[in-house]
Amino acid sequence: MSTGADTPAVQVDDVDMVFNEGSGGEVAALSGINLTIRAGEFVTLIGPSGCGKSTFLRLVADLLTPTAGSISVFGQSAHESRTGQDYGMVFQHAGLFDWRKVKANIELPLELRGWSKADRAARSAEMLDLVKLDEFGDLYPRQLSGGMQQRVSIARALSFEPRLLLMDEPFGALDEMTREHMQSELLRIWGETGTTVVFVTHSISEAAFLSNRVIVLSPRPGRVHSIIDVDLGERTPDTREDPDFFTAATTIREALRSVGGAV
Amino acid sequence: MSARSETATKALRSVVTAALAIILIVLVWEGYKWTGQQTGGTWPGTGIELPVSTDDIIMPHASDIAAELVSDIRDGRSTLPLSVFLLKKAWFTLQEAAIGFFLGSVIGIGLAVLMLRWRVAERGLLPWINVSQTVPLIALAPIIVTWGRNQGLPDIVSISLISTYLTFFPVAVSALRGLQSPDSAHVELMRSYAAPWRTTLFKLRLPAARPYLFPAFKIAATLSVVGAIVGEISIGTKTGLGRAILEFAQRYAVWPERLYASVVGAAVLGLFVFGMISLAERLVLRRTDEVVA
Repeated sequence: MSTGADTPAVQVDDVDMVFNEGSGGEVAALSGINLTIRAGEFVTLIGPSGCGKSTFLRLVADLLTPTAGSISVFGQSAHESRTGQDYGMVFQHAGLFDWRKVKANIELPLELRGWSKADRAARSAEMLDLVKLDEFGDLYPRQLSGGMQQRVSIARALSFEPRLLLMDEPFGALDEMTREHMQSELLRIWGETGTTVVFVTHSISEAAFLSNRVIVLSPRPGRVHSIIDVDLGERTPDTREDPDFFTAATTIREALRSVGGAV
Repeated sequence: MSARSETATKALRSVVTAALAIILIVLVWEGYKWTGQQTGGTWPGTGIELPVSTDDIIMPHASDIAAELVSDIRDGRSTLPLSVFLLKKAWFTLQEAAIGFFLGSVIGIGLAVLMLRWRVAERGLLPWINVSQTVPLIALAPIIVTWGRNQGLPDIVSISLISTYLTFFPVAVSALRGLQSPDSAHVELMRSYAAPWRTTLFKLRLPAARPYLFPAFKIAATLSVVGAIVGEISIGTKTGLGRAILEFAQRYAVWPERLYASVVGAAVLGLFVFGMISLAERLVLRRTDEVVA
């Protein structure tokens, strides 16, 4: 399955998503979505609650099947991509298994892929290093703070080096300071791994700080309202005080205002 | 560092609690008896009769029951203290109960997995599982016993099956709840790994069910002893605690201390199996219980 350099990471064509189709309580979640996400990009989806951001992510992940249209991931169908385990996923709540040590949590996807014990141990050590939790591999998730748990969850998603990382409001439950720290960490990891990231958030500053492109969705049914390019160069802590950062945030905010609805 | 000493402290605390509980029961028992004998069997200051008579047949002194435990009893050609006699009987009963507990747990978990896998099975089986527990054991026991003998099975098998009948129920119900307990994010995660159903069962659902299973195991363990004793009584076997209880019950009117002593023996056996499960729970779940920030 050779994929050329210009094969998009995610290609979405004319996708509609209707829940409870055919029954009385039909809900149109997404309508006429067309989107191309290039390999190596960091793309953020933002929109009012109920605009179908999470639904979009679950369609790409093949956890849901679109009512109409097609989705391909690195040239394969979303289904093939899931069965081939082409992507890693991070949820709002870390979703670690309480009964497994931190390193065993990171090794879970490797275990399912039949990696040997030695290979798993080597990789989880690498991953702990990547998310800067070297000391914590032998602890249990409940012994870690929320931010640390979420870092473990990212390490787990990246452990098998997926080409695509799907993140569903991963920092939504964290406090502001931890959140900013995690954003910088994520950008560092993104820079080191070259993974394509599709990131769902409802935070304007988060979208502006993290992404190459911000996709603004309008609600009920969700449609692509606008796509905003963000070019802030390399992010540093100072970027948050950069006039360009504020300009980007303002552009996103205005787009969100024009679609209406509560963010 | 302090994990071990903490465990020791916990163990010591539960021993002290148990001792205090026994002292309390004895005090209440003797206090009630004393009151009744002072007033001639009525509530103090009234003419209303006490619900339970306090004479020495209905309520022998706790000290007499204790004395009975160390006094000799004839067992075949030898004589030995009643407590040792009861321990020997309890050993048989424990074996039957253990088989019943094991079979009941396996069947219970098996049924839960079946019901998890096929919703149809849940709808079809669950009502019957509930109904099964309304059939009086005393009616069911002779059926199992007669069937077992017709099959040429030793009595211990029939007794264990009666015990199994009581134990599978709490395990099946709790196991089903436990297997259904993982939240949707965990299930989605396994789906995102394209994990087959069996893998999700072993890596996610069964481990997640453990905190639900242990309370059920504790109930099942004590029930397994009850089942074994009832089984022994209805089968009329010569061994086991049930037989001893039956014999002492027949001579209750003249020798009540003995029946009470055997009841104490049955209670101790129940506490013992309960304690074993608690210990297993502590060993299995301890690691994840430590919550530190």
